[in-house]
Amino acid sequence: MDIGWFLVVSALIFTIGAAGVLTRRSPLVVLLCLELMLNAANLALIAFARMHGNHDGQIFAIIVMVVAACEVTVGLGVIVAMHRRRLPIDVDEMQELQG
Amino acid sequence: MGEVLFFVAGIGAVAGAIGVVAVRNPFYSVLALVSHLVCLAALFLLLRAEFVAAAQVVVYAGAVMVLYVFVVAYIGGQDEPLGPRAGHGLKLASAVFGGLLFVELSIATLGSGLSLIDSGGEIVQPSFGSPAEIGELLLTKFLLPFEVASFLLLIAAVGAVVLARRRGGLTRAEEQAQYTAMDVLRSSYTGTMAEAVGGPHALPKPAASGIDAAPGHERAAAAAAERAEPGAPPTASPSEGDEA
Repeated sequence: MDIGWFLVVSALIFTIGAAGVLTRRSPLVVLLCLELMLNAANLALIAFARMHGNHDGQIFAIIVMVVAACEVTVGLGVIVAMHRRRLPIDVDEMQELQG
Repeated sequence: MGEVLFFVAGIGAVAGAIGVVAVRNPFYSVLALVSHLVCLAALFLLLRAEFVAAAQVVVYAGAVMVLYVFVVAYIGGQDEPLGPRAGHGLKLASAVFGGLLFVELSIATLGSGLSLIDSGGEIVQPSFGSPAEIGELLLTKFLLPFEVASFLLLIAAVGAVVLARRRGGLTRAEEQAQYTAMDVLRSSYTGTMAEAVGGPHALPKPAASGIDAAPGHERAAAAAAERAEPGAPPTASPSEGDEA
């Protein structure tokens, strides 16, 4: 398969993720859509690594996965803290940082 | 064979992504993301990234998604509220934005003039992307990013525990008398247990509840006595009332 097809799929997934971040209001789903965007970037990185024939892009993708796992952990911790404080689980309601 | 697998996995990945965005129940969104990740791992295998594909399935579709499922079950997985604020104009604008973003990304990648973009990539040896190659690179050329990533994971784990821990219950009496910076900065009605048990920011209790001998009752009685004789000096501050 040509590398360009993989890049088109990557662009499509990134677009869907970006649209989801803009439209959805539950922070859980917003986090999931962020995951979609990071995975699209991973696919592009690995496609370019295959194109050039060296491993650097794959290492980059692994580091991106680590960062995504950290982001998920902290984001879910924030959501759980919001739930404990009986705050609304809605990104439109969360407009200030003061606890 | 490769083309068939590419189209099956690619359509599966895109359909999973659409499912994540379109489904209303967050639980089904998580399940759609799992199927999306598995299809994406198949695409990684087509690109000769065996180790990344395995890590994707084991770490992402396994561990991280289990974390998501736990949090969705904890929160309750309620559907999104269909308030009047969800304007159709904004949704249309974001759809238009998504389309424009797709066109722009496609132009940026396909129109880049890279000579190998219309080929299958460089000729690589059969061990390309195997765990042995990735592991050797992680421990030689990319040792510093590897260690920094492990440290970042540690920080994130500690941060998640601090964020999501149960707020501390009763503190010792001498600690209740002291005002910390959090007590000054935090406003009332934030739902902490310190308010419920009578800390420096304790909420006033209704006097008619009358079941337990909470410190709020003593404070209410002291306030009533102070109202009765306004000239008398206040006998007990609220923090001292807590210690009594």
